[in-house]
Amino acid sequence: MKHAHLASASALGLLVAGMGASAQADELTLCWAAWDPANALVELSKEFEEQSGHTMNFEFIPWPNFADRMLNELNSRGDLCDLLIGDSQWIGGGAENGHYVKLNDFFDAEGISMGDFADATVYAYSTWPKGTENYYALPAMGDANGWFYRKDWFARDDIRAAFLEATGRELAEPASQKELLEIAQFFQGREIDGQTVYGAAIFTERGSEGITMGVTGALYPWGFKYENTPGSYDMEGAVNSPEAVEALEFYKEFYETATPPGYTNSYMGESLDAFKSGQVAMAMNWFAFFPGLYADPNTGGDKIDFFVNPPQNQAGSTLGGQGISVVSYSDKQDAALDYIKWFADPEVQQKWWDLGGYSAHKAVLESPDFVDSAPFAGDFLEAMGAVQDFWQEPAYAELLLAMQKRIHDYVVADQGTAQEALDKLIEDWTETFEDEGKL
Amino acid sequence: MTETPLTHAARATPPSVARKIKGLSDRAIAWIFVGPTIFLLLAINIFPLIWTINLSFTNFRANRPGREVDYVGLRNYERILNDSDIWLNMQATAHFLFWTILLQVLIGFTLAYLINKKFKGNDLWTTIIVLPMMLSPAVVGNFWKFLYQPQIGLFNYIVAFFTGKDPSSFEMLGSVQLAPWSIVIVDTWMWTPFVMLICLAGLRSIPDYIYEAAEIDRASKLRQFFTITIPMVLPFLMLAVLFRGIENFKMFDLVVQLTGGGPGSTTELTSINLKREAFEKWRTGYASAYAIILFVTVFGLASIYVKALNKVKER
Repeated sequence: MKHAHLASASALGLLVAGMGASAQADELTLCWAAWDPANALVELSKEFEEQSGHTMNFEFIPWPNFADRMLNELNSRGDLCDLLIGDSQWIGGGAENGHYVKLNDFFDAEGISMGDFADATVYAYSTWPKGTENYYALPAMGDANGWFYRKDWFARDDIRAAFLEATGRELAEPASQKELLEIAQFFQGREIDGQTVYGAAIFTERGSEGITMGVTGALYPWGFKYENTPGSYDMEGAVNSPEAVEALEFYKEFYETATPPGYTNSYMGESLDAFKSGQVAMAMNWFAFFPGLYADPNTGGDKIDFFVNPPQNQAGSTLGGQGISVVSYSDKQDAALDYIKWFADPEVQQKWWDLGGYSAHKAVLESPDFVDSAPFAGDFLEAMGAVQDFWQEPAYAELLLAMQKRIHDYVVADQGTAQEALDKLIEDWTETFEDEGKL
Repeated sequence: MTETPLTHAARATPPSVARKIKGLSDRAIAWIFVGPTIFLLLAINIFPLIWTINLSFTNFRANRPGREVDYVGLRNYERILNDSDIWLNMQATAHFLFWTILLQVLIGFTLAYLINKKFKGNDLWTTIIVLPMMLSPAVVGNFWKFLYQPQIGLFNYIVAFFTGKDPSSFEMLGSVQLAPWSIVIVDTWMWTPFVMLICLAGLRSIPDYIYEAAEIDRASKLRQFFTITIPMVLPFLMLAVLFRGIENFKMFDLVVQLTGGGPGSTTELTSINLKREAFEKWRTGYASAYAIILFVTVFGLASIYVKALNKVKER
């Protein structure tokens, strides 16, 4: 009998050990865009590897191809990625097409509360349908479109005097969109240290999402809305409201009068290059890049400062950022969920912020030290309090491409009027929603 | 019996195989040889074509496998043909096709005519001239993007040098007026050598005795050019036009690298637009109809052209 017990115990031990070994043997692949925070995540994930025994592989795709590559992967039910940090706009398609695992039961079982994360990020990165308690992602990387500028130029007496003379006010961080344009126009074509510099680098890229992400930085502060009533798809009078028309005209004026020559197809990379090469006084870009910019030996440190996207009729910033999801076609879902559980831990979230990632966890954001932890931390908090996102519908790619075309046609190619561009945009979007059976 | 390679091969064939083949008719043996090719042709050309035609009458979306697929009749075709934006894409494609072919034929033929003359360093010049077509279109697109850069681009500086304009006062890729020409220039730079090589083959195929006979008849050089050179090179030229026409109709990589279809949609050729519809918007049914329209257009034009080419050859 004793032998039988021993044999049973040994068998159980082997079984448990075997289970443990098989769990530890898992190699997880996490897919994301190739940018600064991705490097921070690699560093952070080493701790997960040590703790869990799983091995982490990473598949980072350059931003211009990220959506194409990843959406093709999901649509073809590929199992390349076990975990995907996908753009916020993909959540609708990810949920409705069955690409993402629904995480509610897992969150309940593991005691992960969405109430611990910033409300705006939970709404934008995790839920589908919007605002419901159906979670398909854990907020992974909070982000918004913000601004940075040459603090050293803004502080120079000769420049300050010239600005005061030209505008009648002191040169300082802009308090409104119109002040932003005024400052950019002031710097446009100005000689600084023997070099001609320009006003600002804004987003004008045509192929993926660039100009849409840029122009919404003007549209939202003017009060742009996608629908008159949320969920109704009634866009007439909202998308083409007088405020939206004014904001679009403003963006075109900005492009024409305050950007470097040849700046017709520019997005994140070009914005960073323009700033780091000393071409522009200001630039828009995602907060995700700000730690790297601050650390830059030539234009970072004392030479740079940051500000939130200025308000106009109201505060408003374009939402970036992503949630982390488990891909339903992965055969290592348990290990992937282990990663999410580990990543949701407040201590890990604090390390994530310390390494250069943007945590959305309230324990980090509401910590008394947070605002002073980085020169852009306060701006980030302010921005996240007034973010708006693009459509997150399953047909988001179609909606996005329509906007890219209409806005680029008007702003860069100078075709038609702002009113016509927005009217045509409503026609395009209406057609899409009709095809979707939502109108 | 004289030993020939054929009889040698026949003797070397193992008897069992020979016996087996002996039992087959010529037609059966022909099918055995042709069968795999026909199968491949059906599998990778004909079947996808028929499938695409079928999809073009539906609202199918490849990214929504679970969604019900409805037959929508001719709605996709109707939408495409009534879409003013698509007609603008067609116009941009026609502009690109016309000017690239015209310039490539003119410059390519001129270069071939010059290279065909015997001179020192002839081979070296030929090699240098054909270099651009050996490069990847993506690489060409990228470095021309730099050449066109208003602030640091060599192209703008050269134009500025000759015109006295400020180099940063014009944007080849950012201007609605100049962008269509910027892609024409790059494609011409890259593919003129190809036309030149075909023309060179044509020029070198003209026997010297024809020119000698013309000399004896005291025909002038100009007369020889128009009555001997041009007619005899014409089939080659027309072949080059056919190749370049088909290639440029589906031009994608070079233009995507250079302009991404912009500014606005100024250089959005039909192939770029089709790719966006099919693989970015995922309107598979609509994109299938679009592809069929383009296929019929190219196939129709190419058929008419090939008939004309054959007539020229027969002359």
